[in-house]
Amino acid sequence: MTRRTKGLGLWIYTIIALVFLLIPIAYTFVFSFNDSGKLNIAWQGFTLDKWLTVCNTQGLCEAFGNSILVGVVATVLATALGTLIAIALVRYRFKARSAISLLLFLPMATPEVVLGAGLAAQFLTVGAEKGLGTIILAHTMFCISFVVVTVKARVASLDPALEEAGRDLYGSPGQVFWRITFPLLIPGIAAAALLSFALSFDDFIITNFNSGAVDTFPKFIYIAAARGIPAQVNVIASAVFLLAIVIVVVTQVSRAARAKRLARQLG
Amino acid sequence: MAFTAFASTPAVEQAPKKRSFIALVLLLPGILYLVLFFLTPLISLVITSFQQPVLDGDIGEYQAGFNWQNYVDSVGEYWPLILRAFGFALVATVLALVISYPIAYVIGVKARRWPLLQSLLLTLVIAPFFISFLLRTLAWKQIMSDEGPIVQALKAVAILPSDGHLTGTTFSVIFGLTYNFIPFMTLPLYATLERLDLRYIEAGADLYASPFTVFRKVTIPLSMPGIVSGTLLTFIPAAGDYINASRDFLGSSSTAMVGNAIEANFLVLQNYPAAASLSIVLMAVILVIVGVYVRRSGTEDLV
Repeated sequence: MTRRTKGLGLWIYTIIALVFLLIPIAYTFVFSFNDSGKLNIAWQGFTLDKWLTVCNTQGLCEAFGNSILVGVVATVLATALGTLIAIALVRYRFKARSAISLLLFLPMATPEVVLGAGLAAQFLTVGAEKGLGTIILAHTMFCISFVVVTVKARVASLDPALEEAGRDLYGSPGQVFWRITFPLLIPGIAAAALLSFALSFDDFIITNFNSGAVDTFPKFIYIAAARGIPAQVNVIASAVFLLAIVIVVVTQVSRAARAKRLARQLG
Repeated sequence: MAFTAFASTPAVEQAPKKRSFIALVLLLPGILYLVLFFLTPLISLVITSFQQPVLDGDIGEYQAGFNWQNYVDSVGEYWPLILRAFGFALVATVLALVISYPIAYVIGVKARRWPLLQSLLLTLVIAPFFISFLLRTLAWKQIMSDEGPIVQALKAVAILPSDGHLTGTTFSVIFGLTYNFIPFMTLPLYATLERLDLRYIEAGADLYASPFTVFRKVTIPLSMPGIVSGTLLTFIPAAGDYINASRDFLGSSSTAMVGNAIEANFLVLQNYPAAASLSIVLMAVILVIVGVYVRRSGTEDLV
């Protein structure tokens, strides 16, 4: 075999593997147009009805709304707490550093079922009523470590000279932070927030242990799975998917455009 | 990726010794939160695992105790599910690694010359994250259902007996686990391969090593951080997963994993001590495996 054909084989394999990864997404999307009854299993014909009657399915849009609410609140909390930790880890020396690193690492190394059962046991012990509040507390917890990882990389790549310049010009610590450090951290913070929201929005296992009677979108799917998923679920999932893809593509294209512009200015 | 991110903190070495008071203010809220909602729940779990039933109490009523028997009972009853969980997770992790490595290599090394293509391919790898993993798993269930095209085709060529199924089998559960965790494996592999210095590979070839030897002696060792992160990011959640093995998804009662037992005992049977003791066993085994594995693979400065 020549060098050229060997490389080609790898490319063909990759394309096949990526198509394989996308099969369930295509399936979900196609079946959002299925003219099905209560069960959305066999193909019955094309219709736009399910897209127009999304909220007619009992409890579906409430569950979706809960997922958005939980995702937004948990993201704000986790991003704020995690960003502060990330700044401290990179910029300051302090004792107990390895203990804190371990405390941040462990939630990522713990299976979700253990995190979920632990929190549920705790809520049971203190007699807390399960609901939206307990879901938000749980989601914030598992998002913090991921925020720290993401923002930390950005803080570490910041040039300390920029902040020094601010201090040399008699900026107060608050001014230096809000006018220099924070704006430079925004891409990292935004990435961390998007990651948190995605983790929270798709979480089922931890939610299942701590939601009581409240449904989120994944929990709605889990419960519906026992008797058959209505096509409206596919509609919401497809819409969220398309929105996420648009966000990712726009971000990447604008980043590529910026890099090109920068290269032209320098060149 | 996530697992190696805590490994090196180069900036710290040069960081001036500033007042640790500010560090305390920055750290305190988040660390306190993790102590309250991560550490304390783990302790609650340990306490719960030793509880004993209240005499003449209702179902789900337990009191503090030091009932070692809970561990003996739950492990005695569920040891096949514990073994299955780690067995399935191991097979799924190895499969995901074998499937993902070439993908990550193509995106990280071969596609390096075309940044736009590279980011497009990367978007396709993470695309599954944007649609609920429950729905993706259910989609496979439909595709592999008895009326579905795959089963019909396999029966037509007599690979599957005429009364055979794909769903609810060991095959479908491992398939689901592998599928669901491929992006978790591919991303960290990509992150290390993308930074792989190709001159090392050229040097290997210049020294008359065969492509296979170069791959084994150069590429694999250099991508070890990605392999370690990817396998951990796959193995840990796979061992605790109970969706793929659930009867409503790709499993059946004969494929139940320890996660299914924890869920059933906690949320259905209200046998909290059993669920807690199984959780502690799961967590302990994972920590031991992770510890040994990380030490063996030579990335000790993980945290």
